Amino acid sequence: MATKTIRVDTLTRVEGEGALELDIADGAVAGVRLAIFEPPRFFEALLRGRAGAEAPDITARICGICPVAYQMSAVHAIEHAWGITLDARLRALRRLLYCGEWIESHTLHIVMLHAPDFLGFPDAISMAAAHGEVVRRGLALKKAGNALLRLLGGREIHPVNVRVGGFYRVPTRAELAPLATVMAEARLDAIALTRFVAGFPFPDFARDYEFVAMRHPTEYPMNEGRVVSSRGLDIAVAEYETAFAERHVAHSTALQSGLRGGGSYLVGPLARFNLNYDRLDASVQALAAEFGVAPGCTNPFRSIIVRALEVVYACEEAERLIADYDPPPAPAVAVVPRAGTGTACTEAPRGILYHRYDLNAEGSILAARIVPPTSQNQSTIEDDLRIIATRDLALPENVLRDHCEQAIRNHDPCISCSTHFLRLTVRRQ
Amino acid sequence: MDARLPSTRPRPTLAVWKFASCDGCQLSLLDCEDELLAVAGALDIAYFAEASSTLRPGPYDLSLVEGSITTAQDAERIRAVRAASKYLITIGACATAGGIQALRNFADVNDYIAAVYATPAYISTLATSTPIAAHVKVDFALHGCPINKTQLLEVISALLAGRKPDIPNESVCVACKRRGTPCVMVAHGTPCLGPVTRAGCGAICPAYQRGCYGCYGPAEAANTAALAAAWIALGADRTSLHRAFRSFNAAAEPFRKESDAHGDENHPG
Repeated sequence: MATKTIRVDTLTRVEGEGALELDIADGAVAGVRLAIFEPPRFFEALLRGRAGAEAPDITARICGICPVAYQMSAVHAIEHAWGITLDARLRALRRLLYCGEWIESHTLHIVMLHAPDFLGFPDAISMAAAHGEVVRRGLALKKAGNALLRLLGGREIHPVNVRVGGFYRVPTRAELAPLATVMAEARLDAIALTRFVAGFPFPDFARDYEFVAMRHPTEYPMNEGRVVSSRGLDIAVAEYETAFAERHVAHSTALQSGLRGGGSYLVGPLARFNLNYDRLDASVQALAAEFGVAPGCTNPFRSIIVRALEVVYACEEAERLIADYDPPPAPAVAVVPRAGTGTACTEAPRGILYHRYDLNAEGSILAARIVPPTSQNQSTIEDDLRIIATRDLALPENVLRDHCEQAIRNHDPCISCSTHFLRLTVRRQ
Repeated sequence: MDARLPSTRPRPTLAVWKFASCDGCQLSLLDCEDELLAVAGALDIAYFAEASSTLRPGPYDLSLVEGSITTAQDAERIRAVRAASKYLITIGACATAGGIQALRNFADVNDYIAAVYATPAYISTLATSTPIAAHVKVDFALHGCPINKTQLLEVISALLAGRKPDIPNESVCVACKRRGTPCVMVAHGTPCLGPVTRAGCGAICPAYQRGCYGCYGPAEAANTAALAAAWIALGADRTSLHRAFRSFNAAAEPFRKESDAHGDENHPG
C-alpha cells in the first residue's frame, strides 16, 4: 500500500513525553495510537519494602505538577488501611492544600499550555505580547495557588508537610489570615480568566462520554466520596478494582485503564462538573450560566471554561476555609500501623487518582497499585483523535496536526504521571 | 535579572531537556511567576517543549537538563544534547544522582518490570538509573528534589553575567541556624539528615517540625557514620537508617555507602 507519513517528533505543552500515530488507509483513519514513551520509573515496584509512612513523599515524585494529589491519595489510602480518621479541622486543612494545587495546576494549563492553541500562539510568552494583561493576571493567579502550597506544604513542588495522620505542623490563624486577601484577589483574576477563555472560538464537537468522578454527600469532590459515573456506576472506592481494569498495550509504557466491561471513560474537570454541578456554589453556577456552560456539557474543547470555573470555585472554597479556620489541637492524630489493605481515590486536577497499598503488621508496603488520571483518559483521548482526524483528513497536514494536539491538550494529559512525549505519524495511502 | 540587554547583542539561547523525571524541576522555571517574562526577555528560549510549540534546532548557549538516564536511547540523546550545548547544567536529584528511580540499581530490574507491567516484553529499559555526569561532561550541577527556583535564577543570571554561580556549599544545619530554627534533633529528639545534607532548600523541614529527609543529597565531606550513630542513640533502628539514606539521592556515593552499612530493608543488618 502506498503510504505517506507525517511525523511530529514532539507533542509540546504537555507534561511528559509521548507520540501520536495515525494510520490512514483508503482515505479513512484505520488506527490511532497515543504512544507514551516516557521511560518507566517503576514506582509500584520500588515502593515494596518501604514504610507506609514514606508513601506520600515517595509518590509525590511521580509528578512535579500535581504532587499534592499523590500525597492526598497516598495518605488517605494508608489511613484507610490503618483505621485512622482525621478530625474535621485537619480534614479542612487538607482540602485547603488541595485548593492550592487546583489553582496552580489549572492556571498553568489554562494560561501557559492550552490558551495559546485557541489564539494561534506557540506559547504563553509570545501570547503575552498581544495579551499581556491576561498572562500577567494568570501568573498572579498561579502564584496565589502556590502561596497556599508554600504555607501549608512548606514549598510548591513536593511539599514536605503532609504526613499519614495529618501534618507535621499546622499554621497559626495569624499566618493563614493574609491569604484570605490573596484568595479574594485571586478569585477576581479567576473570574476575569474565565471570561477571557469563554470568548474563545470552540469547535462544534460533542461525544457521548461516560464521565467518572468522585461524589461527596455535600461537597464538590476533592478528598472523599464514592466513585460515580454518568451511566449509573456508584461504588465505594474500595470496589474500584472490581469496576476498572488496567491494560498494557504494546505502544505505550503507561498502562491504560478501562471499564471492566470494556469501554473508555473520561475523568477530570468536565466529568467532575457534570456529575457534581449541584455541589458548586450558586455564585459559580451563575458564572457557568453566564459563560455558556451547562451541566451535561459534552464538548471537550469547552473543558477550558470548566477548568477556569473550578479555579473560581477553589478560590472561594479557600477563602471560606481560611475564614472558618480553627487550629487543630495537634498537627496529627496518633498513627498505629497494622496489617491490611487500604485504598483511596482523590480528585487530582486532571481527574481521579487511585492508590491501593497492601501493608504488613510493621506498616511496610507489600504491594502498591497507582492509577493516574491520564492512564484513565488515554483511551478516550484516542477516541477523540479518531473522530477529529476523520473529520479533518482533507485539511493540510499542519492544520490536522494542530487540531490533534489541541484535542489532546483538552484533557490536560500529565504524561509524566503516566510515566511518558508524542510522535505524530500519519500514514496516508 | 535585567530584561533589557542591549538589542545589538543576540540573546543567549536556552534549551530545557527532560529525561526520566517528574517534570518538577523544569516546572520551577514556570513557577518563577514574577520573573518569567524577564527571563524570557533576557534569554531566547529556543527549546522548552513543556512550555512552547516552537522547537528550534541547536546549537544552544545554555541547556538545562532534568532527569536521569534509564534507556539506551536516552544515553544516546544526552550525547546529542551535550554536543549542541555550550553550557550544560543539570537540575535536580534525577539528573545529578539518578533520582528515586535509581532504587532499581539495588534490585533486579526484571523483577521491577514484572511487578508493574503485564507484558514485560513491551518494556525496554536499562538495569540502572544514572546521573547525567555518568554520560557526559556537566558544567554545573544544581541539586535538590526539587531544585530551588531562586537558586535556578541565580545560576542563569551568573551564566549571563559570565560569573560563578553563588550557590553556598554548606549543610542544612547551617541554613537552619541562620533561619533561627531550633535543632529538631536536640530539642525534640527527631532524627534529621540535616547535618549531612546539602543546603539550598531553605531548611524547610525542620521549620515544619520534621527531620530533614535528604532531598538535596549529600553535603560535602558529610560524616554520615557519625550521624547514623546519633540516630541510633535517639532510638532509630537500622531499617529506618537504611531507608533514610536510600531515597531521592540513593545513588549519590556517601548516601549509597551509608545505606549499605545498614542492610536491606527486607533483611536489615
